[in-house]
Amino acid sequence: MIDPRLNIIDKRLAKIRKIIAVSSGKGGVGKSLIASTLALTLSRSGYQVGLLDLDFSSPSTHIILGVKGVYPREEKGIIPPVVHGLAYMSIIYYAGNCPSPLRGIDISNAIIELFAITQWGSLDFLVIDMPPGIGDATLDMIRLVKKISFLVITTSSKVAFETVRKLIELLGSLKVPVIGVIENMKMTDSLFIRRNIESLDLPFLGGIEFDYKLEESIGNPNKLLETQFGRSLGWLASNRAEIRS
Amino acid sequence: MFRGSSMHEWALAEAVVSTILKLAEEEGLKDVVGVKIKIGELQQIDREIFEFALSQFQSSSLRNAKFNFETVKAKFKCRVCSHQWNFEAENLEEDVSEAIHFIPEIAHSYMRCPKCESPDFEILAGRGVWLESITG
Repeated sequence: MIDPRLNIIDKRLAKIRKIIAVSSGKGGVGKSLIASTLALTLSRSGYQVGLLDLDFSSPSTHIILGVKGVYPREEKGIIPPVVHGLAYMSIIYYAGNCPSPLRGIDISNAIIELFAITQWGSLDFLVIDMPPGIGDATLDMIRLVKKISFLVITTSSKVAFETVRKLIELLGSLKVPVIGVIENMKMTDSLFIRRNIESLDLPFLGGIEFDYKLEESIGNPNKLLETQFGRSLGWLASNRAEIRS
Repeated sequence: MFRGSSMHEWALAEAVVSTILKLAEEEGLKDVVGVKIKIGELQQIDREIFEFALSQFQSSSLRNAKFNFETVKAKFKCRVCSHQWNFEAENLEEDVSEAIHFIPEIAHSYMRCPKCESPDFEILAGRGVWLESITG
């Protein structure tokens, strides 16, 4: 028996110029904040942007963006609602506030279903907030989305970097494009991450300093873009051509 | 919770037709005469809309195709206590039923093992839409 959904995914993504998976080996490094803020930044720069929260067990971009009271529209599939200028898709439309305790095969099936039925239309960028690690979602993005490229996030910690190194190694061995690495929540002038990334022959896109006031902007996209974090990421998105090209 | 009228059957029908055409090309079939499709009960596909959508996506190589549909009962097995049970859509609220219609795995968010109440269960059968075979 053949799963017909796999044959339609390329068509669903055909009109998207660039698909960016915001990823890390470790949780808690700021992937969701960076994915949400990057999507907002690109959108405010005039691009057509979609944001997909693929962290099914712990979705959080809807909290960051303050998404409430919107649902996809049905039209030969499902059309994501536009939230703060972004075509926004998340499992929360279906799971609501309930936990989604999914094992591997279920995660994979839900990912395939979402990619098969979501009609994104024409976009310049689709930003994907990935769950941490190199598990089902990462493997499925590599398997299903031919034009995926990874934006890798780490903190300054050696602990985080060790998991990121494995993610980078996996992507490199599979010849999956890596846009570069962002060092998030930087608290010192340490060059540890930069030197290690450069030794791996990857672009070190820059560091974003730890922002003590960031939490106050959660749920308010305008405020988020005005934070030190938002401005730093905005600068990277404008000045590092790797992200937009 | 949701708006619409089961139009997401169109997306699945398009995927089925796309797969049939790809298979037919791979197998050198110029005229497909028979297509067997299995439809999982869990996804609660509206057959009428699905069949209509299939007819709208058809191409010349499918003009003589006869579609045969088989509905597969949805069955679950608890990973904790091994209890097995069947899907009963009528016991679900409309919102929940709709959510499962779109993404069947959402069942894990709303359903529990009727015996031990664990959400850690396996969907043994009856998930999604499958292309079983084509003949030419």
